[in-house]
Parts: sequence; structure tokens; C-alpha cells
Amino acid sequence: MSGDKVAVHISKELYEKAKKYIEEQGGFESVEELVEFVLGEVLSEEGGEQVFSEEEEEKVKERLRSLGYI
Amino acid sequence: MDERKGKYTTVSIPVTLYNRIKKLIEGTGFTSVSQYVTYVLREIVAAHEEARYEEPFTQEDKERILERLRRLGYL
Amino acid sequence: MVSKPHGGRLVDRVARGRRRELLLDEAKELPRLEVGFDRAVDLEDIAHGVYSPLEGFMVQEDYLHVLYDMRLSTDHPWTIPIVLDADPEELGDVREGDDLALTHRGRVLAVMRVEEIYGWDKREYARMVYKTTDPKHPGVAKIYGMKELLVGGPIDLVDELPNPLERYTLWPAETRVLFRERGWRRIVGFQTRNVPHLGHEYVQKAALTFVDGLFINPLVGWKKPGDYRDEVILAAYEALVKHYYPRNVVVLAALRMNMRYAGPREAIHHAIVRKNFGCTHFIVGRDHAGVGDYYGPYEAWEIFQEFPDLGITPLFIREAFYCRKCGGMVNEKVCPHGDEHRVRISGTKLREMLRRGEKPPKTMMRPEVAEAVMSFDNPFVEA
Repeated sequence: MSGDKVAVHISKELYEKAKKYIEEQGGFESVEELVEFVLGEVLSEEGGEQVFSEEEEEKVKERLRSLGYI
Repeated sequence: MDERKGKYTTVSIPVTLYNRIKKLIEGTGFTSVSQYVTYVLREIVAAHEEARYEEPFTQEDKERILERLRRLGYL
Repeated sequence: MVSKPHGGRLVDRVARGRRRELLLDEAKELPRLEVGFDRAVDLEDIAHGVYSPLEGFMVQEDYLHVLYDMRLSTDHPWTIPIVLDADPEELGDVREGDDLALTHRGRVLAVMRVEEIYGWDKREYARMVYKTTDPKHPGVAKIYGMKELLVGGPIDLVDELPNPLERYTLWPAETRVLFRERGWRRIVGFQTRNVPHLGHEYVQKAALTFVDGLFINPLVGWKKPGDYRDEVILAAYEALVKHYYPRNVVVLAALRMNMRYAGPREAIHHAIVRKNFGCTHFIVGRDHAGVGDYYGPYEAWEIFQEFPDLGITPLFIREAFYCRKCGGMVNEKVCPHGDEHRVRISGTKLREMLRRGEKPPKTMMRPEVAEAVMSFDNPFVEA
């Protein structure tokens, strides 16, 4: 892993729990790695919804409006 | 929430990821990336703990309980 | 699957057999602290695992965490401080590390290991837990009436409080076995302090449609004048369950637990408690555990968003009413008709009718339930 990093703050208790999770679950080397993975998942899920460009979305909304749905 | 200071630790994440999450949580009620990370971590850890639980009753405990439940007509 | 206890382990601090004898023996030599009924009830609930993972009254670290973060120092969600109060004179030279016998009406109920004695700010407690410092709020008034110090530490219960409703009392260890014996995987908990009317029944049945079992768990033990007596509530529910629910989908059991009127925070508390009983779901009412107009009608729903790790799923079900046009029980979400078609059910109105010996209309209360209530000479707590 390279590039600039930013620190986020979590409580020590939660950090310990996350560490325990990793030990029991495997698959991750550190809490950092877990957090990075989870956030990446969140983003890819969110990203999955964005199939429309803004322009396309406006078109769809227009039709819905013209049909009285919104 | 989280008004108390002190017992915190840091986790470092790439700046690009940080910025994307920051954008994602705009207008959602989460006021910081830290708050959001706390939220998703809690969710994951709790789901994991849930899956691992087994009732710690001894057979004796269980017999005693079953007997009372039968006596009271619950079983 | 029956829910995991909060914090991962069902607490059992009830001393039995030889251990109980030893503790009772020890208690004879110990300094004593007399506690009122409310704290005795807390003791009982702690010991029987209702408040798992708590093993005693909170020490300062947990108290402050709960106050400001709505979590224990272990990060587990917890919204109501469970604390024992005492005056300095009563404690005498009790020091941290000492054992203390907790008595109620002179009888030793529990032995406590004093971990910490600390001061507290009642106004701050009120502000954080009740969102108001108004002494007219019944919960705040109770806090203001408490003593100056708090005593934290684990307890061992050596004697039970007398329980007139023993036959109706189930503890978490028991319901967990019971739910499993019945083969229920998903169980919804229902909190109540009332005789059931049709609105309650509708809400319960709406939830029950999606799960295996319903756990009706009235809070008992501490009524104010004018409330239904505990036996009346249980008899009313027995009538309802007998006549209007299929066999083996309901467990009815009473819980003696303090009511704190803390609205949203108490909704979370009630959910955690039912999780300990093994529930996987919990019905949260509109203005759950609220009083007066201190809390917004849906605040008790919104607060659940802050707890992704609660371990019990809240079900937000709207208040029900009878609609003549729909020809049945409905709620705002499913009925388009106006107020002129709706029969709103008011608990206060029902109470007045029953007090006068009048049978409420069938669109408000099941006749069998009304009969069960009216079969008592006096269904209400006397002033």
C-alpha cells in the first residue's frame, strides 16, 4: 500500500473488537486493512446504483413527471 | 454522541478513499468519516459476534428450567 | 435462532446452594445498606440476567459512557444508567474493595463488592437521559430525589423479593429455553403496561404475521393510583390469548422492572432487555416510554438508527384504529379514509368506561377482555 494516508478516529474498545474479529475470522492483516476493505465495499455498492448520467436521470424524471408519477 | 474525549485510537486510510467516503456521507446525518467508520465497524463486529453464540446452560440448568416451564403450563 | 444475550453472555448472579449459605453467613458480619423497592427490583433484574452484560451497579466509567455515548465502556449499546445511590452517612467507613450487604425492609437481598464510590451530577443526568431538567417530569423527579453518592460494583443475589406474580414470572434463561423448545427462530417482543385493546392486538398480529412467536411481556410491580392492577392486566391478556390467538404462538410472562419514562433512550433499553429474553425483534410504539410532550412522537423510532450493533431488530408499527369503511382494524399507512370513518381507541376513555362498569364497544375492546377486567371487584390501583 502506498500513497498518502489520513487518520480516522475510533474508540479503543471498538478497535480491540475489530482486532478480535480479524483474529477469529482471518483474511485481514490489520484493522486498517479491514476498514479499507469494508469502505471499498460500501463504495462499490453505492457506485452500482449510479447507472445513469445526470442527463439520463433528468430524462427519466421528465417522463415520470409527464405521466403524473411525481 | 461521542462528546467524551480521550479513549480513541487512529486508523489510517488512503486519502482518496477518505475523500470518496466524505462525499458519500454528505447530507446523510453522519458528521465525519470517523463517525461513519465507527458505524460500519460496529455493524460488522456485531454480526460476527451474533453468529458465534452458543447457550452456556449446563444440562442440569436446562432440566431445572424445563421442569418449571412444564409446571407453569408453558410447555 | 433465539437472540444472543447482550454483550455475549447471559448473566446469572443468583447465589444458590452452598454458595448462597456462605454469602448469607458472610452478610451477618457486613456493613448494611438499606435500599428502597426500586433498587431492590434493579437487583433482581441484574441477578437474573435481564440487564446482561451488567453484573452489578455501574461504576463511574460505565456511568459516564452511558450518559454521553449511550454505550458501556465495552462499546456495547446501553442507554439508561443502572446505579445505586447512597448518602455518605449511610456508607460510614465503607471503602472501595469492601463487601456490603444490601437489605430491603431489613432483609438481606444481596451482597455487593464495592468497586467504586463516586459523586454524580443529577441535573446532568436529567439533561442527557431525559433531555430535560424539568422536575415535573416523573423520571427527572425520581432522579432529583435520589441520594448524593453512587456505589458501583458486582452483586450476588441471596434472596428474592416477595413476588405475588411468581406464577407469571419468567426470567431470560427460562424464556430462552422455552422459545427453543417451541422451535421458534424469530420471536417478537411486546412491551406493555396496559390492558389490551384492539389497537394493541392489531399491532401484535401485524408483527406476528412475519415471525414464529410473540412474547408479551407486561411490566409490573410499581403502579400509580388509577392504573390497572397487575393481576388485571395478566387476566385480560390471558383472555385475549385464549380467544383470539392460535395455540402456541404466544408466551405471556410478567417482568418486574422499573419504568423510567425516558422516551427514546428507554425504547433502546426495552429492546436490549427483550434481546436478553431471546427476542429477535421488538415492537417499538409511537412515543414509546414517553410521558407528557417531552419527546417527539417518532423520536423513539429515530434513535434506533444510531445502533447498527443492537442485535435485535426494531419493528415500527403505527397505531391502529377501526375504520368503518375498511371494515376492520387498520393504520394510517393502509387506510385512505377520513376521520369521520374512524373509531380512535383511547386508553383513557376505555378506563373510564370500565370504571363505570360499562362494556366498551367491540370495535375498541374484545368482550372477553372487558369481562376479564370487570370480573375483578376493583380492577384499579387505589389511591
